[in-house]
Amino acid sequence: MVEEEGVRVVRCGGSELNFRRAVFSADSKYIFCVSGDFVKVYSTATEECVHILQGHRNLVTGIQLNPSNHLQLYSCSFDGTIKLWDYVDGILIKTFIVGHKLHALFAIARAEDSVFVTINKEKPDVFQLVSVKLPKSSSQEIEAKELSFVLDYINQSPKCIAFGHEGEYVAVVRDFYLSVYFFKKKKTSRFTLSSSRNKKRAKNNFTCVACHPKEDCIATGHKDGKIRLWRNFDDDKKYTYTCLHWHHDMVMDLAFSVTGTSLLSGGRESVLVEWRDAAEKNKEFLPRLGATIEHISVSPAGDLFCTSHSDNKIIVIHRNLEASAVIQGLVKDSNIFTGLMIDPRTKALVLNGKPGHLQFYSLQSDKQLYNLDIVQQEYINDYSLIQIELTKAAFGCYGNWLATVEQRQEKKTELEMQMKLWMYNKKTQGFVLNTKVNMPHEDHITALCFCNAEKSENPTLVTTSKDGHFKVWILTDDSDIYKKAVGWTCDFVGSYHKYQATNCCFSEDGSLLAVSFEEIVTIWDSETWELKCTFCQRAGKIRHLCFGRLTCSKYLLGATENGILCCWNLLSCALEWSAKLNVRVMEPDPNSENIAAVSRSSVGSDLFVFKPSEPRPLCIQKNISREEVQWGVFVPRDVPESFTSEAYQWLNRSQFYFLTKSQSLLTFSTKSPEEKLTPTSKQLLAEESLPNTPFYFILGKHRQQQHEKLNAALENELVQLPLTENIPAISELLHTPAHVLPSASFLCSMFVNSLLLSKESKSAEETPNDVDMEEEKESDDSDEENDFTEKVQDTDNTDLGEDIIHQLSKSEEKELRKFRKVDYSWITAL
Amino acid sequence: MAGYKPVAIQTYPILGEKITQDTQYWNNYKTPVQIKEFGAVSKVDFSPQPPYNYAVTASSRIHIYGRYSQEPIKTFSRFKDTAYCATFRQDGRLLVAGSEDGRVQLFDISGRAPLRQFEGHTKAVHTVDFTADKYHVVSGADDYTVKLWDIPNSKEVLTFKEHSDYVRCGCASKLNPDLFVTGSYDHTVKMFDARTNQSVISVEHGQPVESVLLFPSGGLLVSAGGRYVKVWDVLKGGQLLVSLKNHHKTVTCLCLGSSGQRLLSGSLDRKVKVYSTTSYKVVHSFDYAASILSLALAHEDETIVVGMTNGILSVKHRKSEAKKDSLPRRRRPAYRTFIKGKNYMKQRDDILINRPSKKHLELYDRDLKNFRISKALDRVLEPSCTIQTPEVTVSIIKELNRRGVLANALAGRDEKEISRVLNFLIRNLSQPRFAPVLINAAEIIIDIYLPVIGQSPVVDKKFLVLQGLVEKEIDYQRELLETLGMMDMLFATMTRKESTSILQHTSDGFPEKKKMES
Repeated sequence: MVEEEGVRVVRCGGSELNFRRAVFSADSKYIFCVSGDFVKVYSTATEECVHILQGHRNLVTGIQLNPSNHLQLYSCSFDGTIKLWDYVDGILIKTFIVGHKLHALFAIARAEDSVFVTINKEKPDVFQLVSVKLPKSSSQEIEAKELSFVLDYINQSPKCIAFGHEGEYVAVVRDFYLSVYFFKKKKTSRFTLSSSRNKKRAKNNFTCVACHPKEDCIATGHKDGKIRLWRNFDDDKKYTYTCLHWHHDMVMDLAFSVTGTSLLSGGRESVLVEWRDAAEKNKEFLPRLGATIEHISVSPAGDLFCTSHSDNKIIVIHRNLEASAVIQGLVKDSNIFTGLMIDPRTKALVLNGKPGHLQFYSLQSDKQLYNLDIVQQEYINDYSLIQIELTKAAFGCYGNWLATVEQRQEKKTELEMQMKLWMYNKKTQGFVLNTKVNMPHEDHITALCFCNAEKSENPTLVTTSKDGHFKVWILTDDSDIYKKAVGWTCDFVGSYHKYQATNCCFSEDGSLLAVSFEEIVTIWDSETWELKCTFCQRAGKIRHLCFGRLTCSKYLLGATENGILCCWNLLSCALEWSAKLNVRVMEPDPNSENIAAVSRSSVGSDLFVFKPSEPRPLCIQKNISREEVQWGVFVPRDVPESFTSEAYQWLNRSQFYFLTKSQSLLTFSTKSPEEKLTPTSKQLLAEESLPNTPFYFILGKHRQQQHEKLNAALENELVQLPLTENIPAISELLHTPAHVLPSASFLCSMFVNSLLLSKESKSAEETPNDVDMEEEKESDDSDEENDFTEKVQDTDNTDLGEDIIHQLSKSEEKELRKFRKVDYSWITAL
Repeated sequence: MAGYKPVAIQTYPILGEKITQDTQYWNNYKTPVQIKEFGAVSKVDFSPQPPYNYAVTASSRIHIYGRYSQEPIKTFSRFKDTAYCATFRQDGRLLVAGSEDGRVQLFDISGRAPLRQFEGHTKAVHTVDFTADKYHVVSGADDYTVKLWDIPNSKEVLTFKEHSDYVRCGCASKLNPDLFVTGSYDHTVKMFDARTNQSVISVEHGQPVESVLLFPSGGLLVSAGGRYVKVWDVLKGGQLLVSLKNHHKTVTCLCLGSSGQRLLSGSLDRKVKVYSTTSYKVVHSFDYAASILSLALAHEDETIVVGMTNGILSVKHRKSEAKKDSLPRRRRPAYRTFIKGKNYMKQRDDILINRPSKKHLELYDRDLKNFRISKALDRVLEPSCTIQTPEVTVSIIKELNRRGVLANALAGRDEKEISRVLNFLIRNLSQPRFAPVLINAAEIIIDIYLPVIGQSPVVDKKFLVLQGLVEKEIDYQRELLETLGMMDMLFATMTRKESTSILQHTSDGFPEKKKMES
């Protein structure tokens, strides 16, 4: 039973993976990245998340391999601690409490017992680089208060700090200057670009810095897209720099390869540029990486690079500039226009993803399943461009159809709009474009919905638009003798006094269509498209509209902009009840009558769950989020929960997910999703010695089982255990899928052996029974087995008897069998 | 990583007739040869044997034409009155014809005088045919009788008096010498068997039957009468299979395509319709100048001959196969170059690594991929592209606009290049499907080239043309709006039951009315 008090709002995956540079393990097998309060360990080969290192209480801001032990990892966090992890086992080794909010972490081989961190002093924008001495102690939690100041007035981002030439100096950039601090000389040199002094508007701010691993050379990236390579910087007068220019926009990150022969740079263009030998003409490109490159990192072994992108993605790239793996989280880059939807097939959460794409995100595994390219156009990443935006999407007919609307509006009068209808193709397991409608309406489409009634013979789609019309689209058979074709055509155009149509909704059985025209709700018969009745409450424009479900299907709910929630009875055509509630999100539960409404007040958002039949809410959850809730959706549960308390019964069959304005995905749960994830990660821990492919887990586990079984079988041979002991092992062998079992030759001997054993033990005792089988068909096996156990119970009696039976005639045997059925258990009671 | 996504070319529905295999096949005829006959052409029949001459029955003459001759190669004119239904025998050597005076005459193709004359009908004989055994002739006449004649001794074998009105059409089975079908103005089609002395099947067509046709297999029977063409299943005892009503006047003649896959019907509404014999849908239709009375197709559909009421015989010959290969073609790589390595069978321990297939990109896409925007625009402004596929040009202009580089691509052009752009605008600006994109482009061009106007008379002239075009378009739009207003008023005065208006106005108006600098 679940604890009732435990229901609370929890964050549900989808945290940023691109917050800081990812770090490779020494052997390039793993890649680490910060993700909210955790550090995630991914396998570079399989893209699978191997461990989640949890323990920090606030955002993790920096990770770095321990230079003295490459199987350990340092991490720092806003909670003021530095933690040392054993990432192979996923175990926290030590916690150093520093006390300040830590913004970045650097660990260098030279300074073994100390690490460098960035901390904030007094003023909000002034940061210091300090070195923290990590005291040696055996205890788990150690206070590390010994801070020594290195550099002041630096940039918060770790991209602007780089340690060079085995830690001899540290280069720091901020605004228009580069400062280099030499540890030996304890001296700071500061360089500024001449042009920035002269021209006020020159955009050559420093954005990032990287140091050559072998030589005294510093590379800096600038806002105007230039890369400068600085040399001779130990001399304030004789320093020189050369300039590399390819990027047309800000250089987001720089990284030298391990040997220092090539420099990697990336930016908004989403192109990874490799500069060979620091020469302008020796460039290699890896274009079309999908989104702005935020960070670049290089594996210590030198065989892999990785880029973190603004669309919450990490791409692992081979030395020869070939992308080898993509780790993709929930894309939160763009505005969410489509709202949250559930794909009826995969039960994945569907929402806007990359520009022009629809992302399918698995809530269970916190992983993006796939991206559906809706716009199908080359994406040019530029601030000034007005992109085509995917504004609406809807699933229909149990996931067989998907309707999407995309639009681009450059000027007021120039609206480009397309509606696309996608059909699910079972063969290719994906959506295939079926119909493209250019300018389905003359103005923005405000809503679209499919008729999802079970008995509807013809798929129907309704779109409403600001041009005052709503259109009904139906699937028509377009085939002739030459080809088979089905396509969508407009079946009906309706309007109501030239008001803007704002919402539409089909009733559960598909017989009625409700369309709201500003303040008025109109009800249409879906057979004849006749206007049946109208409701008007004069309470502001209708913002949400939905029909009740199941037993409440006679009710229609509408929420207005003025903060009134109305419920109309469709049988009496009258207002049933209304309530003052500033509804932001209204979502019906597909599995019950419940409807969830999220309201917005000055302090936060509140959730109300109610049935349309009664105005009193089932559950009120105050202050679920401080921000405005933008979208919400009910997700049916695979396994129903059993909350007994009335307030939480609405969570039994569905789970409610909602998205706030800052695009964090939240849900109600008794336990945090991390706790839910732990069982799988625990399992992974067991197989530490194996390479981490999912296939290997399965196979390895079964191998072990087989070994155990084999041992068991050998023991059987020795001690001659009865058959019943062996049965579970064999059944398990038979029930595991064939493709995960080792080869048959390997199993054969063991399997046959086990069978032989059982036969022997059986034949010793059961031969007399076999003779009578035909006559006593009806005597069920369970009966016999009962006999068996009884026999075992009083062996000394029957063993003797069995020996005699062998010499008895058939009739006598029968007699004896009858005898045997008599319960002898009373003997033991004597 | 995802590759370059080519520019999506906006597709527009093709207006007018759909292009299908059938339209291509049936349009592949030369312009018709018109031959003037003496009267309405009541029957055209092709000889089943090479050289596929055809006999044309018009007025009191029968003309035999050769395949490409415009003059008759032979004429039978010894009829006292109108001749009907000149039909070749299967071997192409004998010809039989009925006539208004009730006589049936049998001619040798090489002779002139009739070989036989069958007398017995009291009224005009409108239909005659040879039976499958070649030695009998079937005739139907306006005296309601159907007679079977023996050729060798020119005697009447059988007479059927089952019809109750004129017998105007008939045909004999190609397989069974004893079976033949006749259609009559009593609305029935009857199938007779010479062995039973009576009809074996009788079907009710519903209209006076003008033409009947048996499929070569003998399993299906087609009858035409009134506006209907009906198909009957003979093997099911004359069950109606399908009734076609695609003409709006009486259907007068039927004919089968050479493959048996297409059925043709000619009608007084001056149309010939082609049906598929699997779905019985119209797949093509021809128009003629006058009402059609007779129709025939030559062997392999090489020629379509149509006889009309005004005595004109229209002969259409199939175009000979286009000789595209006349030009010495560039030598292509041999076949084995393409299949090299493709047919290698994977051995047991081999690991197959497929080379990623290279995506073909259009030239303008290659330019766009490399951000050569002006070059991409130049490419789609080539005359070959602007005339044949203006939608490609418009799509590229739209794409450049989306990328925010249209002004850059249009700028810096010399007189020749700018006039090319202007030509394209003049040609396509007024098309509603291109207008939104092109108006934007026109504005940009005017903005860019305003300072240099007056330097080139050629370009100035083009600008003036463009201005005139825009003014005309504005007038046109105004008129359209006025018409809409009038219609609205009319609709408003009409009393309507429903309170909702489902009338939709679609006006592809030019929202921007740009006056031009002259």
